[in-house]
This record gives sequence, structure tokens and C-alpha cells, in this order.
Amino acid sequence: MAELKKAKTPFRFYTRIHLTELTGFKASNLLQLLELLKKVSGSCIYHHTHRFLQQHQYLSPEPPNDFAYWVREVLGEDELAEKLASIDTIQFSNIHSLREKIIQTIENYLKENPLAKLSFAREGEEFHFMKSISFILPTNFIAYDLKEFVEILKKITIDSIYFHVFEARLRLEKNTNDFSNWIESSLSDEELAREISRFDPYTYTLEDLRKTLVKIIENRISSI
Amino acid sequence: MIKIEDYIPIVGQSIIDDLRLIAKKLKGKIIQNINSTSVGGGVAEILNRMVPLLKEVGVDARWDIIKGGEDFFEVTKKFHNALHGKPQEITQRDFDIFMENSLRNLEEINIYGDIVFIHDPQPIVLVKKKSNNLWIWRCHIDLSTPNERIFGFLMDFITKYDAAVFSAPAFSHRFPIRQFLISPSIDPLSDKNKELPQNIIDSVLKKYNISKDKPIITQISRFDRLKDPIGVIDAYLLVKKYIDCQLILAGGTAADDPEGLKVFEEVKEKAKQDKDIHVILLPHNDIEVNALQRASTIIIQKSLKEGFGLTVTESLWKAKPVVASNVGGIPLQIKHKYSGLLCRSIEGAAFALKQFLNSPEYAKKLGQNGREHIRNNFLITRHLRDYMLLFLSLFYKDDIIYL
Repeated sequence: MAELKKAKTPFRFYTRIHLTELTGFKASNLLQLLELLKKVSGSCIYHHTHRFLQQHQYLSPEPPNDFAYWVREVLGEDELAEKLASIDTIQFSNIHSLREKIIQTIENYLKENPLAKLSFAREGEEFHFMKSISFILPTNFIAYDLKEFVEILKKITIDSIYFHVFEARLRLEKNTNDFSNWIESSLSDEELAREISRFDPYTYTLEDLRKTLVKIIENRISSI
Repeated sequence: MIKIEDYIPIVGQSIIDDLRLIAKKLKGKIIQNINSTSVGGGVAEILNRMVPLLKEVGVDARWDIIKGGEDFFEVTKKFHNALHGKPQEITQRDFDIFMENSLRNLEEINIYGDIVFIHDPQPIVLVKKKSNNLWIWRCHIDLSTPNERIFGFLMDFITKYDAAVFSAPAFSHRFPIRQFLISPSIDPLSDKNKELPQNIIDSVLKKYNISKDKPIITQISRFDRLKDPIGVIDAYLLVKKYIDCQLILAGGTAADDPEGLKVFEEVKEKAKQDKDIHVILLPHNDIEVNALQRASTIIIQKSLKEGFGLTVTESLWKAKPVVASNVGGIPLQIKHKYSGLLCRSIEGAAFALKQFLNSPEYAKKLGQNGREHIRNNFLITRHLRDYMLLFLSLFYKDDIIYL
């Protein structure tokens, strides 16, 4: 095995933890949901489309966002729930465009199914809008090459993996995940960077995502 | 004395490292907790655990208690019930007693915290002492359908705080101040939740004459109509037509609660229909609750109304398959068919119980999922982290904060 390339700039792992802030806004039907979706902050949209990833780390509940879950479980609109659940979040590079897609999906559905406007949540089952306050902290873990990187990846919190893969790309609008970015810019390994940025992390639980990343990088190390 | 390191085998080293990392950011800040009692009740139970743990990770947390006579606490009990939505007669004299006592506390108490953390309505008036420090009101009450008169009275004080904290989204309202969601938690090392040797579990079963040779369905709750113990028996009887099993209804009832004793008698009467129903008036004994939960095949929590539902949290932590009503904080803990089964009726509960009894592998899987969900979201270490983030959040305005 050839010697591993040392990075120009090392990768420092950050971690992200969050606190949930309540807004006091709630919806009882699809029209109210739609109105609030247009009005609430981007942090609310982010919270309700990403909360499940951190709260359900070991199982991947369907549908994977709060809007879809509520529309199905409370309003009983299964078809709309399926449409909302299958919105391909990885395709969107910012919250604004993700919000537009959710709004458009509901508006189209209501045009085709005007009776759905009459579905109401029972008292106590309304949709409550919340938002995520993210706290980003540097950890003590720093990697200079792929070997160090993969060893840290095996033991770092899944909050850290979450931050570098999901939050950095969509909420901080960095276009790609931090791992691919570093591997490409500091290690000049475009192939590995592409491989990591190509798969859809939204279809993994965070533990599965960790395993997948470790496997891809270990394969790469042994092929060098 | 429990140490923060004792949680490492349960939640992992990295979670504890994160707690220490966050605690460093609060260095030099004094967090002054204030409530109305040091013993008894859920708030005191939380503070008794939380304050030492905050200190252990390096946060200067302290705890003071307001004073009050019997008449004051009678009034605050009335407020409590009214805020929960129970019909309650409240007179002008009650408001006067509340304010007189609050003003006395206002004169006597020493406020020294950089952050003053007020728990529940009893000390709420202290916010009048607000200067250039930060004040948080922690509400542990279900405020989803409050008595408007009391709520309006308290609003004058609530709005003077910098932030309020609630246990479930439905308890929030449109306030002019920031509001946060912090769920309660269980302590995995407490007597109610720690691992128990089989011989202790067996001895508790023996004490209450419960056999181990058929499946056990259990509801642990005080005898209260809102916990629907009669509905639990009805659901059990529907199951019993097809599957031989037994039912445990165990819980306490306060001596000064005539309604609770009445419910207990009704449950005893109804239980005569089936020899396998065990109705147990439990003394306050956490080890026995723990043992009964661990001995159970399925846990049911068929409440008609619920705050957060910590008995569900405790049961899921023991990896038990749980059938529970879709009320209060229960849906935060159980995602239907992933970490338990939710129900809305007696028939629905019976159907879910049969599903679990007839599919033990499915039941086991959901129980395991439930345990992991609790590990990640509802243990005291997460609660500790949320409190520290809450304190920090008051120093920032943005939604993304680099520490």
C-alpha cells in the first residue's frame, strides 16, 4: 500500500446540537398549513424536514418528514402524504427551494382534490410549527489523512456526521457535504469526493450512514 | 452519589464529552433555580437530580425555595388544577392570598443569578425583581386548555420573562416572548429504571401472587378516571376471549383524594369478572414499579388525557412493547408501528394487544426500537444538554450559533 496523502489543510470535526423553539403557530387543516408554510421562518421548514433524522437514529420511519407524517396520520390524506414524503430533499440546495416544493405539492393536490380542504385535525392533534436553533461547536478531532479521518468517523457522535453531511449542505448552503469538499480540495481525490456526494443520505439512518461512509473510505484506502 | 461518568456505559463517552464542552461556554454564569419545595412532586424530583449533575459538568447551578403558608399552597393548587383545564372556583380572596405571599417572597429572597430559572406558577411573581439578568419561566403544566381567568392573570408576569419553556408543543401559545420545547426525561440509574436482578422481579411477583406462566399485560398509573382503568379492563376482556393472559393494574392514590379511592373501588368491583386481573394499590416503591414493568409481556397506557406520559418512557426504556393512547406527550415517544402501537379506543387497544401477543418477534422489535428512541431523546443526559443550550440561547438572537 502506498503512503496516504497528507492534507494541505486538516479536517476539523465540528458537532451540532440543537434546541427546539416553539412558535405558537398551529394548523388544523391543509389551508392553514399552507398559509403558515409561506409565512414561517426557514428554520421551521428545516426543523420539520430534518428533525426525524436526529431523533430516529436507529430506524427510518416512513414518511420521513413531519408534514407528511401529520397529513397521513391526522388528516388521513395518504396520497398527499406519499407525495410529501417522496420529495427528494437532496435535490435542493437551499431551504427556500425546498419550501417552494412543499407548498407547490400541497397546492397541486388541493386543486385536484378540493374535498381535502375539509379534512380537519381533532383537537389536540393540530400541526405545531417549531424551529431548530443549531449550536455548532468544534470538537477536538482533527484528521490529516484518510486513515485518521476514517478512525475518527467511527467514533465521533452522529451529531457531528449529521452536521457535516446535512446541515452544511442545505442550511449553510455549501452545495455539497463537508466531507466531499475536504477530500476534493485538500486531498485532491475527486473520485472519492464524487462517490460520497453521489448517494442520497436521506434514505439512511445516521448509523447506517456512518457505516456506509466508513466502508467507502476504507475501500478507497486499501485501493491506494 | 451518582457521577456523570456513570452514564457513559448507557449513552456513550461522546455524549458526555459534548456536555462538558457546552458547560465550558457557561463558565462564570450563575444559574439560580427557584421553585416552591425541595421534596415531593415532579419538579423537586427533577431539580434534585439536575442541579448536582449541572455542577458536575462545571455549571454553577444553585437552588432556592420560596416560602408559603398552607393558604398560599391551597391557592396555587387551585391555580394548578384550573390551568390543567379542571373546573375550579377561584375567588378574589384567592388572588389576594397569592399576591400577598408573593410580595413577601419578593422582599425576602436574594436574587443573585445571571440566569434566574423559575419553575411553575408558585414563584412566578419574582420576575418583578428583574434587573439586567435573564429570566426563564419553566412551565411543567399542561396548558393546552387553561382556565382563561388564571391564564390571563399569569400572562402579566409571563410576558416579563425573557423566555418560557414547555414540555409539549400543544402547551405553547402565541406569546410575545421566546418559547422552547424541552421534554421531560427519565434517569436510567434511578430505582425506577435501573436494571434489576431476576430474583427481585420474582419476589415482587410472588408478593402480589402473580404467576409467570401466562403473559402479563400491565398498566401502572394512579387510580384516576383520566387513566381509564375501566377501559383497560374492557380491552383486556376482549383479548381474553381468544388469548389466555393476565392483567395488572397497579398504582397509588393520594389519601386526600376521595375521587381516587372511589375509582379504586370501582376498578376492584369490575375486576371480579376475571380471576386473572390483579388490582394492586402500590405503596410508593420505585423498585416494585420497576419490577412489575420488567415482568410484563406488554405495557398498556390507555389514558384519556396525559401530560408527557413518563410511565410510557419508563416502559420503552425497558424495551417493552407498549400500547398507548394517542394523547399528550405519548405520540412524541411512540411512532405508530415503529416504537409501539397507538390506540384511540377500547377496541383499538384490544386489537393492538392481540397483535403483540400473537407476534412476539414483532413485539420485541418495536420494544427494542422504543428503547433506542428513549436512549436518544428522553434520558436525563439529553435533558441536561437542553437546559444548558437553553441558558446559552438567551445570549444569542440567531437560529445558527457558532460557539
